[in-house]
Amino acid sequence: MHADPKGVLTGVHFLDGDHACCEGTLAAGARFAAGYPITPSTEVVERFAARIPTVGGVFIQMEDELAASIAIQGAVWGGAKAFTVTSGPGYSLMMEHIGLAAMTEAPCVFVNVQRGGPSTGLPTLPAQADMMQARWGSHGDYGIIALCPNSPQECFDLTIEGFNLAEEFRVPVMMMLDECVGHMTEKVVIPPADQIEVTPRRFTKKPPAEYRPYQPAADLVPDMVKAGDGYRFHITGLTHDERGYPSMNVETQDRLVRRLQDKLKPLADGRSLCETADLDDAEVVVVSYGITSRVAQRALQQARKQGIRAGKFRIISAWPFPAGRIRELAGRVKAFVVPELNMGQMVLEVERAAAGKANVISIPHAGGTVHNPDVILKAIVEAAR
Amino acid sequence: MLQRVLTEIRIAGFGGQGVILAAAVIGKAAAIFQGGYATMTQSFGPEARGGSSSAQVILSTEPILYPYVTQPDILVVMSQEAYTRFAPQLKPGGVLIMEQDLVRVDKIPNGVRAFGVPATRLAEQLGRKVVLNIVMTGFFTAVTNLLDADAVRQAVDDSVPPAMKKLNLQAFDKGLEYGSMLMTRLAENGDSEGVLTLEVEA
Repeated sequence: MHADPKGVLTGVHFLDGDHACCEGTLAAGARFAAGYPITPSTEVVERFAARIPTVGGVFIQMEDELAASIAIQGAVWGGAKAFTVTSGPGYSLMMEHIGLAAMTEAPCVFVNVQRGGPSTGLPTLPAQADMMQARWGSHGDYGIIALCPNSPQECFDLTIEGFNLAEEFRVPVMMMLDECVGHMTEKVVIPPADQIEVTPRRFTKKPPAEYRPYQPAADLVPDMVKAGDGYRFHITGLTHDERGYPSMNVETQDRLVRRLQDKLKPLADGRSLCETADLDDAEVVVVSYGITSRVAQRALQQARKQGIRAGKFRIISAWPFPAGRIRELAGRVKAFVVPELNMGQMVLEVERAAAGKANVISIPHAGGTVHNPDVILKAIVEAAR
Repeated sequence: MLQRVLTEIRIAGFGGQGVILAAAVIGKAAAIFQGGYATMTQSFGPEARGGSSSAQVILSTEPILYPYVTQPDILVVMSQEAYTRFAPQLKPGGVLIMEQDLVRVDKIPNGVRAFGVPATRLAEQLGRKVVLNIVMTGFFTAVTNLLDADAVRQAVDDSVPPAMKKLNLQAFDKGLEYGSMLMTRLAENGDSEGVLTLEVEA
């Protein structure tokens, strides 16, 4: 279906990534946000708080990030599309409730504008060091989706995509911005509402007597209801059966935990979001994401000018990791160069997928600024040798 | 279209002078009203506290990849501190634009063309000192010749609240006019050694 025009600020704007992300939430249909302010993410909800009274919806500044991350799930079960926004320290506090959202299959969005860590780290400066936390930060086995925009325009576009994927797969979706992209101002084009596709909630068509809250459809995702519509339903973080009731047995656990991961399989390969260029003849492939992908692009241009057959693989959906695409490339390239604003996180996934068939070279950076493109270029040159 | 493939600009001054808005207007003019690309970043570090403010804009005819300004082609300073801090980064052969009542320059770096404008005084003539940033923006437009004056004027109009439009557009025109007069005078008389301005210091 199309976006609700009330939330769509159609036009050409000069916006920073945080504000563009906010416009993405509104265009996607989010009408509830809860947050606790933290640099460099606050501008997202600051704008939401200013915009939502005229659009129609609710913003609550909560007492902390734990509260914010659970308030949005209450809103989801009340029928709203909802999200919260934070950065490193607040993200750590949200981990428990990210696990709950994964377990109860509450479609919601967590925006993390990454800054330097660990702990309070570098509040005003960029990093990409929460990538593994996004995937594994809560306890137990589960799956999530993570998207990495590299411009304010993508902060808008991918936020809509994030909400759509959350609804389709009923998972928490992580919008993994970084301080640089969040605070960078560029042109952002917001199309008319009738050109924006939004995924509605998958409400059940069954009558109350036949509805089972966790009975999966063919795509392994169960249909939802909302509170107050006359359906009885029970939501719990405990292992639950298809009726939604706690069931402490090995079979239920196996069926549920497997399904929570298996339902995301289509996204791992065929539907993974990537941007590629010059891969046909590539000897060296630079794998990057977020702001680093732009710096890497400059290095790639220079490498091509020097006659090096270098190709681009930009990860947009970092989780589920596009392992199949990397595996396929590993069979025909010499090396992968992986720059990232952390000490080597997604490079571990590249190594795992490459499985020894190509060299994998990590270009770590502790964060605080972006890479010098020359450092990436040097690695490309050496890898091609 | 933009005149140059890539131009790096830094604007710096005190917090409250409207440094960020001036940068946003320039970026918006290039990216929205003149069909080019612009990326603006701001200094959010601890140095942004305690009174100083700085913004960077990159203008380009092609999509911008590297987001930060490393060596500005154009430096606009509205405080002595900003001048002291950022002047050494200016590209050789670059352009320095200053609020001439607030910045005192002892020695202009080699090859740098330095322009001065009494932006605060010009703003005060309009009755509101706060629009000195837009006076500076007008002056910038005239002396750099990077952007069409109409594109920048539209960007000013698009960037301020309705009640403030008239005042800001007046401020823009004032700075633009002052800069145009200076450029005409320079075209007639040629550059001099010091800061290029319409007012010779007493």
